[in-house]
Amino acid sequence: MTTLKFEKRLTTPTYVKWSVPVGSLMLALAAGGVLLIAVGVNPFTAYGAMIEGAYGGRTALTETLVRATPLILTGLSVALAFRMLFWNIGAEGQLVMGGVAASGVALFLPEAAPSIPQSPWVYLPLMGLAALLAGALWGLVPALLKSSLGVNEIITTLMFNYVAILFYQYLFTDPWKDPAGFGFPGSAEFGQFAWLPRFSGRLNFGILVGVGSAVFLWLVFSKSKWGYEIALIGENERAARYAGVSVFRNIVLVMVVSAGLAGLAGFAEVSGISHKLQQGLAVGNGFSGIIVAWLAKLRPLRVIWVAILLAGLFVGGDQIQITLGLPASISQVLQGAILLFVLGGDIFSRYRLRLIRGDGS
Amino acid sequence: MDLVESILSIAVFAGTSLIFATVGEILTERAGVLNLGLEGMMIMGAVTGFAAALHSDNAYVGVAVAMAVGASFGLIHALATITLRTDQVVAGLALTLGGTGLASFLGQKLGPGGSPLVGMTGPRFLRVPIPGLSEIPVLGEVLFNKDQLVYAMYILVPLAWWYLFKTRPGLHLRAVGENPQATDALGVNVFKLRYLYTIVGGALAGLAGAHLSLAYTPGWTENLTGGRGWIAIALVIFATWNPGRAVLGALLFGGVNAIQFRLQAEGTTISANLLNMTPYILTVVVLVAVTLFEGFRTRVGAPAALGLPYNREERT
Repeated sequence: MTTLKFEKRLTTPTYVKWSVPVGSLMLALAAGGVLLIAVGVNPFTAYGAMIEGAYGGRTALTETLVRATPLILTGLSVALAFRMLFWNIGAEGQLVMGGVAASGVALFLPEAAPSIPQSPWVYLPLMGLAALLAGALWGLVPALLKSSLGVNEIITTLMFNYVAILFYQYLFTDPWKDPAGFGFPGSAEFGQFAWLPRFSGRLNFGILVGVGSAVFLWLVFSKSKWGYEIALIGENERAARYAGVSVFRNIVLVMVVSAGLAGLAGFAEVSGISHKLQQGLAVGNGFSGIIVAWLAKLRPLRVIWVAILLAGLFVGGDQIQITLGLPASISQVLQGAILLFVLGGDIFSRYRLRLIRGDGS
Repeated sequence: MDLVESILSIAVFAGTSLIFATVGEILTERAGVLNLGLEGMMIMGAVTGFAAALHSDNAYVGVAVAMAVGASFGLIHALATITLRTDQVVAGLALTLGGTGLASFLGQKLGPGGSPLVGMTGPRFLRVPIPGLSEIPVLGEVLFNKDQLVYAMYILVPLAWWYLFKTRPGLHLRAVGENPQATDALGVNVFKLRYLYTIVGGALAGLAGAHLSLAYTPGWTENLTGGRGWIAIALVIFATWNPGRAVLGALLFGGVNAIQFRLQAEGTTISANLLNMTPYILTVVVLVAVTLFEGFRTRVGAPAALGLPYNREERT
């Protein structure tokens, strides 16, 4: 009998480190290709159009960076929590609550406190802070439930997504709806003092918030004691406890920062793009953040690049919806496939397949 | 009386898909595999089940296809987590994300001639009153004036309970999730059983989706499952991995759905957005309550090896 067996690698050669993820990516695209063929579209045409739409030219590139902005922040949010093996699936809801809080400040503070100067220098930090706090608060409840009672955080963070999304829909369709909006759901437009400045097209300062946060997290992970504690808890919670690391404190702290980052993504979306609270804030960036974080191996600086790649998938997906009439959800399918194949492929960099001849015993 | 009857009746109807999914997940988790792809499998079952029923003009074909699709997603999860030893949490999330996307994609392509499925009407399961039983006051309407899938659920739950706790294969199943090393030493094929129950769990998730698109809310709309797969995962904890107790939880959620319907039918002024939050808030409340009432013995009844990949050559 001949059997295939996984054997642990002692060292991973460089060519394996590169070829495995690239091979996984190719396989995922091939799987997507099968689906495309099934609906009668030439996969090469489709993928070509996607790449062209996402990276071909200045307009396409700026739009890809626009889409990457929230993904960087949610990716960082997830990466931080996952480092500690705290499964924060709630970035979507935390992002929405951040957007709601930032909108609340922009819409109602000018009237409530007219003495505050209506300048971007004052309002943008205030909105960012409000978003950070609102996101953090939304993540704090599951964190406390987990650390004090041991309630499964996957379920609580996920349920909080649904509640946040319904709450935000309630706000912009009912109490916060613009009375001068001709019946369209959505809040009034913010004053210009609440707009994040733009570079080009819709590309705005939000991306700097994302890159800055990535550098901050990189510093935390590589230089700080706190980063070391987080990694320790993720590796071996019991050992961390013996070493005197407070797991309770770290869960709360990590979730506050993690959820706060997702909240900032909401701020960047409303203040940088829509300039009002309306449909389109909860489009799955929180969930895609999980994919970004995992593909980046939870490393903050890699998150930036992975987010840009994944954003390209979305922009390209929107493009082929227009040009080839394909549902834009093709990008969501590809996302899931890429994650699955990269996950499954990972074993080949940790183990090698050995063919064993003989009776096997 | 009328009100109670109608609420209970909808509770059973709405709870059915939750029960299918929960029982499936209990079997999978009992084998030591956490399947967070449940939501994705349910929604794939819903869309493919509806499309298959539409094209074959036969609701049973829809059920079969939905279960087969759910099972193949289960197979993918098994392959990823059991053979390739990937992280079960992330693999499940990948399946849910990919499954949701694929369902949305297919929903726009699986109609006649590649048209969208939204708004189409096809065959569905209708009420089949059971002669005699359905005439019992209240209970007759609540339990015995339902569609065939609800009746199938009545059989599935006691069967799953009996299988799990009273039969030898059931004992093996529980053993695999508690202590795979010891079970392996006894000569039980841990890998085979884990594959089997992950696939069975997927098939039941597909069935759960089919009940939604073929009976409960016939037809296809985006986001049809609305997080029911996740609620089912919470119900597994509520049920302490026991199919019998899963029924209680599912009825609780079905009841909440029913009350929502009543309020909306009677023209409540509460915004639908706020009203729709209740099942999700309830899930969190229920989870907290379970943790509190079970006296801080967290993860009561949870299989000891849940979420851990099994590798014959490594000690854990």
